[in-house]
Order: sequence, then C-alpha cells, then structure tokens
Amino acid sequence: MSSNLLSGAKILLNCLRRENVDCIFGYPGGVTLPLYDALYDYPIRHVLVRHEQNAAFAAQGYARATGKVGVCCATSGPGATNLVTGLVDAMMDSIPIVALTGQVSSKLMGSDAFQEADTFGITRSATKHNFLVKNVSELPQVVHEAFYIAASGRPGPVLIDVTKDAFQAQAHYTPVTEIHLPGYKVYSEGHSGQIRRAAQMMWEAERPFVYAGGGIVAANASDELRALVELLDAPTVCTLMGLGALPAEHPNFISLPGMHGSYAANMGMTNTDLIIALGVRFDDRVTGRLAAFAPHAKVIHVDIDPAEIGKNRHADLPIVGDVKRVVPKLVAELKELAPSMQAKNAQARQAWWKQIREWKEEHPLVAETSATEIKPQHLMAEIDRLSGGRAIVTSDVGQHQMWAAQLIRFNEPRLWINSGGLGSMGFGLPAAIGAQFARPDKLVFAIVGDGGFQMSIPELATIMNHSLPIKIIVMNNGYLGMVRQWQSLFYNNRLSQVDLTCFPDVEKLAAAYGFKGKTVEKVEEMPKALAEAAHEPGPYLLNVKVSPNENVFPMVPAGGAINEMVLRPPQPVEV
Amino acid sequence: MENKPGALMRVTGLLSQRGYNIESLTVARTLDPTLSRMTITVDVEPQIRAQVIKQMNKLINVLQATDVTEAPAVNRELVLVRVRTTQQNRTAVLREAEIFTARVVDSTTEGFALEATGDPEKLDEFIDVMRSYGDIEVTRSGVVSMSLENKKLRLSPPIPRGAAPEEAFELTTEP
Repeated sequence: MSSNLLSGAKILLNCLRRENVDCIFGYPGGVTLPLYDALYDYPIRHVLVRHEQNAAFAAQGYARATGKVGVCCATSGPGATNLVTGLVDAMMDSIPIVALTGQVSSKLMGSDAFQEADTFGITRSATKHNFLVKNVSELPQVVHEAFYIAASGRPGPVLIDVTKDAFQAQAHYTPVTEIHLPGYKVYSEGHSGQIRRAAQMMWEAERPFVYAGGGIVAANASDELRALVELLDAPTVCTLMGLGALPAEHPNFISLPGMHGSYAANMGMTNTDLIIALGVRFDDRVTGRLAAFAPHAKVIHVDIDPAEIGKNRHADLPIVGDVKRVVPKLVAELKELAPSMQAKNAQARQAWWKQIREWKEEHPLVAETSATEIKPQHLMAEIDRLSGGRAIVTSDVGQHQMWAAQLIRFNEPRLWINSGGLGSMGFGLPAAIGAQFARPDKLVFAIVGDGGFQMSIPELATIMNHSLPIKIIVMNNGYLGMVRQWQSLFYNNRLSQVDLTCFPDVEKLAAAYGFKGKTVEKVEEMPKALAEAAHEPGPYLLNVKVSPNENVFPMVPAGGAINEMVLRPPQPVEV
Repeated sequence: MENKPGALMRVTGLLSQRGYNIESLTVARTLDPTLSRMTITVDVEPQIRAQVIKQMNKLINVLQATDVTEAPAVNRELVLVRVRTTQQNRTAVLREAEIFTARVVDSTTEGFALEATGDPEKLDEFIDVMRSYGDIEVTRSGVVSMSLENKKLRLSPPIPRGAAPEEAFELTTEP
C-alpha cells in the first residue's frame, strides 16, 4: 500500500524529472519547506539565487541559451511577487519558463495569512497560463500541462501555484501519459495555398527584404531561414530578439532595424516593395511611426501566433504557422517556381542590392574610437574581437544594450541574450548565470551598465558559489545613460536623477566575494584588461570607465519614421 | 470555455487590461458540465475587436470566442422591474406589460414586480414606459446570445506526454 504513496512535493519532483528538468533556480521559504525537504536528496540540481527576480531571469537565461524550458521556484507572498518582473519579461520575449510557487495552506487562503498573496490573480496577465493547485491529485496533470504550454506554440512563462497542504498530502502517484487541453490551439503547418502565393510574391518582388525575429530563434529555424535568404538572395535584417538567427557575417545580413538600427536597415525597410516578416511582431521600436513605416511594401507575415497577424501592420499575405515548418515549404515552392520566375526581376534585384550596399557604405555601423578616452563603442568592438561571433553575450536594457546589438557579431542563434520587449534593468547578470549553467562550454560575457549592475550585485554570491566563469563587463559612464540621452536630446539637457557617480570599487567588491575585479580607465589599457578578464578561468568583474556623454546613434526619435534617423550627435547650436 | 476557477478572470482581464468597461456579462454551464458559455457586451472599436477576439481565443481555457456583433445571432435579456403605482394606474400598467409580453411575478397594494425578456433595446423601451407610471427599480440579467451560424466547436485532441511511466517512479518511492 505505502509503496507508491508519495507526498505532493515528491510527485512534483518526479514530474519535473519526466520533463527532463536538470536545474532549478530558486529561493526557499516557509510554504515551500516540504518541497525543499524532498529536494534535499533528489537528483535535480538547485541553484540558490539571492533574489527571486533573479531566479526568473536565470531560468530565462537557461531557456534562451538552450531552447529548453527554464525552471524557477519561489515561496508564497513576497517570493512570488518578486518573480513577477521576470515572468512579464519572459512573456514579452516569448521565453519558455515554468515558475513554481508555494501558496499558504488551502484552508488559510483568503485569510490574510502570513506571507499570503493572490499569486494566481497577480500573475494572470504576467503569464501565458497559470495554475493553482490545492489538491495533490491534480499535480501531475498540471505539471505536464504547464511544460507543454510553456514550450509549444508561441512559447511563454507558465506559473504553478501549489498550496502547502498539496505539497504535504500523500497520494498514489500514477505518471501521466496524456494531457488534455481542448481549448489550446497550436498552429504549425501553415496554409499550403498561402505558402504558394507567398513564394510567387517573393519572386515577383523587385526589392524583397527579409525581416526576421525572435520567432526564428525560438523555433530553432536558423538553417531554414538561411536557406530561404540564400535562395531568394534577399537583404535581411534580424531584430533585437533575432540577432544570430542569420549569422552576422552572412553576406545578406545587414543589422538590426528600428530605433537604433543601421541606416541601411531602415532605408531598406522603407524602400522595399515586399517585406518577408518571419517570426516578428512589428514592434514599435522597429517600425517607428507606423503610418510611415514601409510605405511601398506589401507584407508577407509568417507567425505562429494568429493574434500577431495584422496587429500593428496589415499583412497582405498572412501565414499562421511555425516558421520551422513553414519556411522549408516556402523554400520548396520557391525552388519549384524558380525556373519560370527567378530570372524575371534579376536586374531590378541587382539594382536593389547595389542600393543597399551604397546605404551600407554611406553610413556604416562602425565603432568610434578615441585616443584619450574609452568610447563605449570601442569597448563593444573589443568584446566583439574576443568573441569572434561565438561567445554568449547577455545585457540589460539601455545604451550598452544598443551598442552591443549594433557592434557585436553573433554568428549563431541563442548567443545574444537580452531583455528585449520589457526592457528590464538587472536582467543581464542573472541571465548570464542561467546561460552559463546551460552552456558550461561557452565564454559568457554579461555586459551591463553601471545602473543595471547595481540591481544585480547580490548575484555575485551565486556566481562565486558555483565558480561560474562569467565575465561581467560594466560599461560605466556614471549615468543612467539612455535616460540621460533622452533628457539631453529632448528635455533641454536637464539631467534629472540620472547621475550614478557613486559606484563601488569593483576590485574590492569582487575580492569581497572572492574573485577578481578591476577598473580600467585608460583607453590603451582597455583591450589588455578585457583579454585578461576573458582568459581568467573563474569569474571576473571588469569595470570600464567610458566617455560619460556618448549617445547611441543612429537614432529614430520617438514618433519619427524610421527613415528620419538622426545619424550623429547634433552639432552645438549658437544661441 | 472550460468551467474552471480563474477562467472568467482571464477573459475579463483581457478587457480590463485594455481599459474597456464590460457593460454586461453572463456565464453559466452548458449541456456538458465541464464547459461554460459566456456572453459579454462591451464597447470596443471595430478595428480592435478582431484583435481582442484573437487574444481571447489564445486563452487556454477558452474553446472558442466569436464576435456576434454583426453575425446572425439571437440576443436576449431578462429584466425584473418593480413599479410603484397609484390605484388608478394599475390597469394601465398591466396593459402596457401585456404589450411587452411581460409577466407579473408579484403584486402588492403598492404596485407590481414584472418580468420581461427580449432584445436589450426592447427592454430599454419597456423600462422607459414603466418609469412613466412611477418609481421603479430594475435588475437586468445581461445579454445572453446564441449564434445562428453552423460553426462546429473544434477541440484539440489529447497530447501524449512524458517518458515511460516506470522510469522516474522507481527512484523516489517512499522508504
């Protein structure tokens, strides 16, 4: 009788193992005591972070680096509410994570019990789906549903809130072999007629332009994308979420488009007659003023999420499906049509490429350097040199993120890990922890600003605990740089609450945790310091003092059309 | 949608998150007790409507969401009206009630309680008429709607999940 009677906590762990979970990022607490007790001698690795928000970010780093579902865990009340930013961040960037939270005992729910919060209600809009489990018998079904929902279709975060009594209750555990989600629809194949018409439109276009995004990365469809781009020989931009989907060194790759995209990317987007949008959502940071976006273009939009089609920009030819399945079918159709259609617009396409190349040469994305100070762009160029397009680079949000996205090459998908949609400060460092656990073979740079770094400092302990050889590069300009940039450009340079000049001595800070750190201020010392950090077998904290007043260009001012870029700092005007 | 805790919150959350005010909402279970049918009346601009419906269809607990604003559908609502009326007006009130095929559900010396069903606009008129006879108190049920189109509910089939059952099980049997 007792042989297959298990506690809810053990049932949960069994289910996690059946989902091939090998690593949980979490922080224990009162109501998760039964779970942590079960975990004590269970063969799943648990990484103790120092703040629950970072558990969610680390789980994302793990998921983004591998494509597997990342798992994080927190206790009830403050533990669960601390996860919320990480959940919304995963929601915005379509990252598959499962969050486990403890809840007070079912009989105490609603009584303002100690550490009680309405986690189920609070996380409703922060997740793709969430569950509240009050009865141990529901647990196996729910866990497998959660993992399926997180990873399938358009991926996203799923939260399971489990009451303490459900963790403790004993039940007969029968592994679930089938789940029932009658209302959950995953569209994957794409409509064959639409696919054929799309292929025709592609050959008919004179100035085709591929706009590839995070959907390609999420679907592991980089090879498929590459085949399409090469067959069509179309210029291609990858969004902030899609960098690496096409290798940065690929001749067809331009850069990222949008607010801080290159001149060629934005001019291409504005002048194309056919946008081939693959796994993208026409985000406002890409389109600029929608009414002026790509005025001459028809749009083919392939996305797994039907709600993305026509959300921001009308799709002349929508295809609802998984890019992994749809893109090869497009390639097959293109090949079939090639003999009769390929030559048709060959001349126009040559002229299009010529134009793109001219734009590229006119205003290339090159890193500025200076003999007297470390330009932030120079720092990114050095990191790029060390990476060679192969290292994992994580970032927060802001100026350092944009310079990194512009200037560091990513020749594979899942190397560039940043908070795209939500733009969370303090994301990069914990995400690097998750990524390094997932990919111990990879060199991992966490590029963070001096603002975001100070939101992540507690995790230096986690890094040291596990001797993770993460290279933390603080791009330190003494400011909340992007906010300062906007204040200086659009608010008469009235710099309000952006001064971060009080910053810890990183050498002492790193030493306090037991690893190496250094501050570099002189431009001639920067490349060597960076190389030293990269070659250090353990963690390294490098604080790079860069020019404080540098701004990110090109820049499309808020509300502007993307071809109305400000290409360089405005010259001082005499008053 | 599935008759599960939280399902209602997900649907209304989609609307409140965009700042829309729900004018009426009815929900009750269907022939299949695991499922509920919900009718929501909400003032949403036409361009946004399709987007909201798509977002609702994405909800895991929602089997199907459709916009019946312009589609062939029957829309009905029930209203309970208590009307205070003078002795002289009693017959007039009853005659008006008859015109609207309203039923008397309670009668006192002070007046009547009436029950009427119909499409919401007709009930508006009924309420206006009753108000002309004296003080009234009104409870409306909210609209229930049924599409007249031949749409079959499409349900996703069960999904196989997990490794061979025995594998993980062995490891953690209680001592």
